[in-house]
Amino acid sequence: MSNLASSTRMNQSRSILSNTIAQASTATLETPAENESIAIDITGFNAFYGSFQALHDLNLKIPNQKVTAFIGPSGCGKSTLLKWCNRMNDIVPIARATGSLNVGGRNILTRSTDVVDLRRQVGMVFQKANPFPKSIFDNVAYGVRLHYKTSRSELSDLVEWSLKKAALWDEVKDRLKRSALGLSGGQQQRLCIARAIATGPEILLMDEPCSALDPASTARIEDLIFELREQFTIVIVTHNMQQAARCSDRTAFFFDGKIVEEGATEDVFTRPRKQQTEDYVTGKFG
Amino acid sequence: MNNTSAGQGELLGDAVSPRGKLRPRSSAASKRWQAVVVTGLVFCALVSVFTTIGIILMLVVESWGFFSDDKIEIWKFLTGTKWTVGQTQGELSYGIWPLLSGTLRITGIAMMLALPMGLVSAIYLSEYASKRTRSLLKPTLEILAGIPTVVLGFFAVKFITPYMLEPLGDFKTFNATSAGIAVGILCIPLVASLAEDALRAVPNRLREGAYGLGANRLEVTLKVVVPAALSGIISAFLLALARAIGETMVVALAAGSTPTLTLDPRMPSQTMTGFIVETFKSESVVPGTLSYFSIYAVAAVLFLSTFGITLVGQIIRMKYREVYD
Repeated sequence: MSNLASSTRMNQSRSILSNTIAQASTATLETPAENESIAIDITGFNAFYGSFQALHDLNLKIPNQKVTAFIGPSGCGKSTLLKWCNRMNDIVPIARATGSLNVGGRNILTRSTDVVDLRRQVGMVFQKANPFPKSIFDNVAYGVRLHYKTSRSELSDLVEWSLKKAALWDEVKDRLKRSALGLSGGQQQRLCIARAIATGPEILLMDEPCSALDPASTARIEDLIFELREQFTIVIVTHNMQQAARCSDRTAFFFDGKIVEEGATEDVFTRPRKQQTEDYVTGKFG
Repeated sequence: MNNTSAGQGELLGDAVSPRGKLRPRSSAASKRWQAVVVTGLVFCALVSVFTTIGIILMLVVESWGFFSDDKIEIWKFLTGTKWTVGQTQGELSYGIWPLLSGTLRITGIAMMLALPMGLVSAIYLSEYASKRTRSLLKPTLEILAGIPTVVLGFFAVKFITPYMLEPLGDFKTFNATSAGIAVGILCIPLVASLAEDALRAVPNRLREGAYGLGANRLEVTLKVVVPAALSGIISAFLLALARAIGETMVVALAAGSTPTLTLDPRMPSQTMTGFIVETFKSESVVPGTLSYFSIYAVAAVLFLSTFGITLVGQIIRMKYREVYD
């Protein structure tokens, strides 16, 4: 965490410069308060799939230790942006991006980016829970074993810590050696969160993490997101407007590959500045 | 039916849909046709069941002809280390081990080649190859799978033995290694294709999950995809094993016709299948004689080994299969 903060400070001068550019190019962009540090700084960002441009000249600052929600209709590019934040789009051969996407003060779009380390710093939780067909313990330990040499006791401490953080420990502490596939959908998704935070990321990306869950499990995950905010920067893509309103601090509304409006969640939902945002959040379209 | 449609037509006037003019299909004819189809399906399904039962019965009955002979003790058959059935001179020995060990030796050599090669090809095809490469490699593998085994048999005798093995040591013209390699080549496409199916059935979200944690492609493949596909991979291995045990033409041509009990892979090595072919083809076999019945006794052992492997395969599948929705 301190790592990220310090490198952000080091790049303060560049951030100020890009702030000015950003304000000039996108009138709707409201930068977070001066004293907040920035986890992800996106400037002049374009994303393509082949010749199709999915995102157009985005400018966005995602503050540290806050929950930022991306909302918008299907196909508007919010998942694409999320997946660029830890370069998950690398596995899509036709995907490419231009502009700058700074994580911890480094533009991660450059060729020299260590993608393996980036993904340790920027964890991801997917739309559908995807536990590996291994034991609960091995699922949480998977990422840790990839990145660190640990002793057995260090590893089990870390697994316990992660499962406690993900509010799953009490339910699984007696069956850590059993297959993760035996857990319920909501438990599996919390296991995936535990797995993601075990490697010690600063940022957690969540791509519609509750879309395959029932309301009770969804509520548990939302509570969890609220708690995790104290330690992690969270970016969540959601189709569920209430979810964005309930558990995020800031909201960015995407439409057709552009950010229409971005600001404090309360403002976006109660005092939207754009008609299009108001129509979307009140359910007139989308 | 017709009346109702007409009635509706009158009622609705011009608004009637053109559907009203269509003649309804006779439901009685449709039911009769259904019955014919179902009977046909049941018949086809039962053919394989009855064939299996018929073969088992034949093996049991004719093997009984062998084991009920006064000269034969089942204990000696199962433990004996010498096989002279079918030979005209000398003392009669009927221990299965020379033939069984011949099968095991050649199968062992074949599996040492086919399992790693097949699995590596499958991993490459499923996880690494680009679409273009796969579209070239897959048909090549399929051509390899389509080569007649008799061709592979003389390929073993005329190429593998003289050009690959003889420079390496004192290999006999007909030997276990050459036949084993040819059987292995035969099994590679089978392992590759079945294992690839198993690997590709692993849902992409598992790969994404591992990439998302910072795994590289090799780590994703070896630590997530292969373990997730393990039951399918093991089934592929066992099917290849059963295929190798049952393979006949290659070993009849390339492995020689001397039953030997040795670990030396340079020696000739008659297999159970090789013995059956050899004995069946020889003119000296008259129904009712000991050599004739011995074919069935050996065939029964052969059947039991492949059956056992298939059974183990099924158990592994049921026990370890991960179901992804």
